[in-house]
Amino acid sequence: MKILVCISHVPDTTSKINFTDGDTAFDTNGVNFVINPNDEFGLTRAMWFKEKQGASVHVVNVGGPETEPTLRKALAIGADEAIRVNTPATDGYAVAKQLAAVVKDGGYDLVIGGRESIDYNGGMVPGMLAKMLDANFVNTCISLEVADSNVTAIREIDGGKETISTSLPLVVGGQKGLVEESDLRIPNMRGIMQARSKPLTVREPVDANSETKTVSFEKPAPKGAVKLVDNVDDLINLLHNEAKVI
Amino acid sequence: MNFGNLYKTMSVLVYTESENGSFKKTAFEVVSYAKAIANEMGTTVTAVSVNGGDASQLGTYGADKVLEVSNDKLNNFNAEAYADVVAQAAKAEGAKVVVLTSSADAKFMAPLVAVNLEAGYVPNVVAAPESISPFKVKHSVFTNKAFSLTEISTDVKVVGLGKNAFGLKENAGAAAAEAFSPSLSDDDFNTKVVSVDKATDKVTIADAEIVVSAGRGLKGPENWGMIEEMAEILGAATACSKPVSDMGWRPHGEHVGQTGKPVASTLYIAIGISGAIQHLAGINSSKVKVVINNDPEAPFFKAADYGIVGDAFEIVPQLNEKLKAFKAQNN
Ligand SMILES: Cc1cc2nc3c(=O)[nH]c(=O)nc-3n(C[C@H](O)[C@H](O)[C@H](O)COP(=O)(O)OP(=O)(O)OC[C@H]3O[C@@H](n4cnc5c(N)ncnc54)[C@H](O)[C@@H]3O)c2cc1C
Ligand SMILES: Nc1ncnc2c1ncn2[C@@H]1O[C@H](COP(=O)(O)O)[C@@H](O)[C@H]1O
Repeated sequence: MKILVCISHVPDTTSKINFTDGDTAFDTNGVNFVINPNDEFGLTRAMWFKEKQGASVHVVNVGGPETEPTLRKALAIGADEAIRVNTPATDGYAVAKQLAAVVKDGGYDLVIGGRESIDYNGGMVPGMLAKMLDANFVNTCISLEVADSNVTAIREIDGGKETISTSLPLVVGGQKGLVEESDLRIPNMRGIMQARSKPLTVREPVDANSETKTVSFEKPAPKGAVKLVDNVDDLINLLHNEAKVI
Repeated sequence: MNFGNLYKTMSVLVYTESENGSFKKTAFEVVSYAKAIANEMGTTVTAVSVNGGDASQLGTYGADKVLEVSNDKLNNFNAEAYADVVAQAAKAEGAKVVVLTSSADAKFMAPLVAVNLEAGYVPNVVAAPESISPFKVKHSVFTNKAFSLTEISTDVKVVGLGKNAFGLKENAGAAAAEAFSPSLSDDDFNTKVVSVDKATDKVTIADAEIVVSAGRGLKGPENWGMIEEMAEILGAATACSKPVSDMGWRPHGEHVGQTGKPVASTLYIAIGISGAIQHLAGINSSKVKVVINNDPEAPFFKAADYGIVGDAFEIVPQLNEKLKAFKAQNN
């Protein structure tokens, strides 16, 4: 089985969000970039398929040279090869188009992406990719088993979960649950050394237009100070009469 | 030659969710929203309902026409088939704007609908479009830490409306019901639901108006009784912080935050949760936040509207008693 894990390169979860260029661009100053958490769960599940079922695992990012440290980290975690499509990720559609070309050329059976990137929260790349490839698609996936080309997956739904049966070729939008938090791997020295000599191929983009563009960013208005009360009667009174939420 | 296209209304198409044959509240919200866009555009609202409820209910919020699909094969949600239904309806109506909600199912199908219609898609939309031509909408990004005003440049647009972002607006429409039979192929059913595991007697985080959430301050899973009791009194959903679900005290589906579920309720009550940035990211779009924490320095107080500094094990049982009395009086 050939697996491709799509890696989105995102600000870590503690980042301060600021904008530059007249509020039209994200300010990357002082921001630490990481593998999108949803993708890290997927990558770790892919490592399981590699170790238990002899799968090969490639990782891909659509982005500029600044994303290479993130791809190297994925190699250090254990992916065999990395691909960077050398073009800025302008919108979800354009990214999906680039990924579709990579998948077609590489003949992957299983593509694992994340439920959403924690930066733009698009939640669209894996679904669009699946549709472009005419592949099956499972989103918010929290468990994935593959036997031959038969797939059993569990998907989180609002208020529960459902078990799905489908087949390869498949695109997955994954999240926590694909593996547990405690299964995530911190790259060790050996992994980091090995990653240096693993292939990281830079591929030129295919033609792809964007369908959306950011006009401007804005931050929420600062909120007023908290009202502290010292008894539950006051709280109920405020929630009922002032906030009108109970 | 086909003149059919000349007579198309270019209506705004909206997919309305239902469960067990009744519309969900979000169905009325998306119709309200679609009506606001249709008014701007000088056109009408067509709703698509799959094995759904009473069409006239959608009329109350502004639907002019309801395409009713009734098909046993669609009893279980199936993203590919549902996306196909919506795309076919959009084409039949010549719709330029398609509106969906932000449930797990709607987010699953939206990108498929968008590619099918060669439409640009913007999720997590928080307001009516700023302008129709060019089409610009505001939506939340960076897990609610910011908003982006985004322009969609394609002819057809797909909009995912954030939950509780627009509210319900009554706005009478004719709601003429029409049967709609999409053509579905076997390929639409390559992905099959084998079983569904869902507590039917519990309010889900996605649907809840009120969410009662607790963190590591509760010390152990055995102490969740009082949290569930509060949720029951308030008709609320229960939720938790990430470490609580990582330790297996609560199910994964309850974990809220940047890497968990987003919460857009009208009231969020956080008990024994410190208010880490990753937790706050998931609840920023909740309207009113209440914090109960014994540490006055807990960062959550800075993000809260109301707070009590105190021991959850004392406060929560008192609050439950008083809430019960309050509910008994006010219902
Ligand atoms: C990549 C990444 C992603 C993450 N994503 C998420 C996420 O999506 N969601 C999330 O929640 N976290 C997330 N986290 C974890 C986050 O950083 C915090 O560690 C977590 O939210 C803390 O959970 P907590 O508030 O329950 O626990 P703690 O931080 O331990 O806080 C417990 C609180 O309870 C209070 N308390 C103790 N005893 C009592 C009492 N008797 N009565 C009242 N209050 C009491 C304490 O004062 C304290 O404020 C993420 C972390 C990382 C690194
Ligand atoms: N620039 C990118 N390069 C590679 N994969 C991406 C990129 N952007 C998004 N993805 C994948 O698509 C998933 C969902 O992203 P999004 O649609 O941007 O929320 C991510 O978790 C990644 O797996």
